[in-house]
Amino acid sequence: MIIDIRKFILEGRSSWSELEEFLDRLASDPGFAPDLQQLARLQFLYQRTSADLARVKTFSSEPELVGYLEALVGRAYAEIHESHRRRLAGNPLTWFFRTFPETFRRNIGYFKTALIVTLIGIAAGVLFLAIDPEAREVLMPFPGLLQDPSERVADEESAGAAEQADRHATFAAQLMTHNIKVSVFAMAAGMTWGFLTVVLLFYNGVILGAVAFDYVRAGESLFLSGWLLPHGSIEIPSILIAGQAGLLLGVAMIGRRSPDRLGLRLRKILPDLVTLIGGVMILLVWAGLIEAFFSQYHYPLIPYEVKVLFGLVELLILAAFLKLGGGKRREGGSG
Amino acid sequence: MRSRARITTPEGITFSLATAGPVSRFLAVSVDIACVSLLAGIFDRLMGVLGLISEDWSLAVAIIAYFVIFMGFSMAFEWFRGGRTPGKYVTGLRVIDADGLRLLPVQIVMRNLFRLFDMLPVFYGLGGVVCLLNPRRQRLGDIAANTIVIRDRKLALPDMRYLETGKFNSFRDHPQLVARLRQKTSPEEAYLAAAAIARRDEMDADARGEVFREFAAHFRAKVVFPDEAVEGLSNEQYVRNVADVLMAQSRM
Repeated sequence: MIIDIRKFILEGRSSWSELEEFLDRLASDPGFAPDLQQLARLQFLYQRTSADLARVKTFSSEPELVGYLEALVGRAYAEIHESHRRRLAGNPLTWFFRTFPETFRRNIGYFKTALIVTLIGIAAGVLFLAIDPEAREVLMPFPGLLQDPSERVADEESAGAAEQADRHATFAAQLMTHNIKVSVFAMAAGMTWGFLTVVLLFYNGVILGAVAFDYVRAGESLFLSGWLLPHGSIEIPSILIAGQAGLLLGVAMIGRRSPDRLGLRLRKILPDLVTLIGGVMILLVWAGLIEAFFSQYHYPLIPYEVKVLFGLVELLILAAFLKLGGGKRREGGSG
Repeated sequence: MRSRARITTPEGITFSLATAGPVSRFLAVSVDIACVSLLAGIFDRLMGVLGLISEDWSLAVAIIAYFVIFMGFSMAFEWFRGGRTPGKYVTGLRVIDADGLRLLPVQIVMRNLFRLFDMLPVFYGLGGVVCLLNPRRQRLGDIAANTIVIRDRKLALPDMRYLETGKFNSFRDHPQLVARLRQKTSPEEAYLAAAAIARRDEMDADARGEVFREFAAHFRAKVVFPDEAVEGLSNEQYVRNVADVLMAQSRM
């Protein structure tokens, strides 16, 4: 059966135009708050237009008319069915000090996994360098790390304060942006069903283990601790939290034991992903500042014991913040 | 063929939206990158003043500012301009939720953070390949954020006046035959006949004659109207009469 298309348009035109005007007003006027009567009218117009769309798709073949009604129904559907808040997260302080640690704890299983993978990587890095000391160049692909540890310590300690303080602000900015990019990669790599995130965490661990072993073997443990701890006590957990986000994403991609389709699974974890990576970014800003303005100053300017103590206090505060921040653990968590 | 995203509402109504392909999206991103570069350039000039005091701090602020502008530009526009960056506005595109719902702030943040990943190794190579292979034309950021980029055209109610013959239609004197014709004709056939009438002026005379001859023959094979109803009718007028009785059962 073919519907009388002209009669159909004539009968529906006024409702469609009214709905279009309503939607235009909603889109163009952010202050427009429809009252109950107007909302009921919107609902009616949406249902009427939806019914018209179903009818024209069944009993006619007018692509222009179908396209027009589909666009209208699509816009009205978004307005009527969306129940989430439109505004951005409320108080940023509440978000960081409450939501972030709560989200971290809710997904603590993924953090533990990221930590285990990194620890395995560290063990592998130590093992690789112990077995084959010549592998330094492969395991530590950064020129700064390839210098003999004892020579480096001597160079750093003999450098004057002015030399050590050279271009620290630029260095801090480079560190922050670079580390944030690395963290986003670690999270985004979760799209490969978590595989690349695991590889990144493992590789990070290998480098860390190899560098640590290199300095410990050379008898420079104190320098290493004083150099790494002030910023590493924040930076390394941050990378682990980014890995936690990546693993959360990876598990959602796999969707094992979940009855939800992929889109819905990802939609459910989005707030947690954004909170975790947002928290990581803030932590990395702090770590960048500390690395540039504190970690790079060495004995005799700052005693190593002071730097180690500073790093340990930071680690303690971070652990307490993540464990206790935001109050009690919420129910229904994952990981 | 253009890709379309099909969305089914809880009421059981299915509608589809035309999704944007990698080329139009790349053009949109190019415009956005030009805007970001312009903003960063202006900011760089302003930082020149700070450079007189401290070159180190000037460079540091410039690095952070570029990063913030690069990451925040699309986020800000997609949030405040309803899913449209300047590049998307120019190319007629819009980001929406993949389920047809409103775009949430977390979706905007996520799809834009993923840009760093989609841009690998160069020129959105990874994102472009994924977009090309994905049936909804989503890059990785879109998949993670559950968003799609659609062609956002403001559609107008189609003008159906071309169907009006404005003349006496001899077929209307034979309602039984008209009913049989309606029964034997699919909506697609009716639309094609109407479309041919709407586009008649776009065809040259020979092509028009050929098209309407084929259409008339096609409909003549379905139902045979008596001689007095078709006497003196050209092929084009025959098709006009058919479209008129098929798509307009009553006079407007």
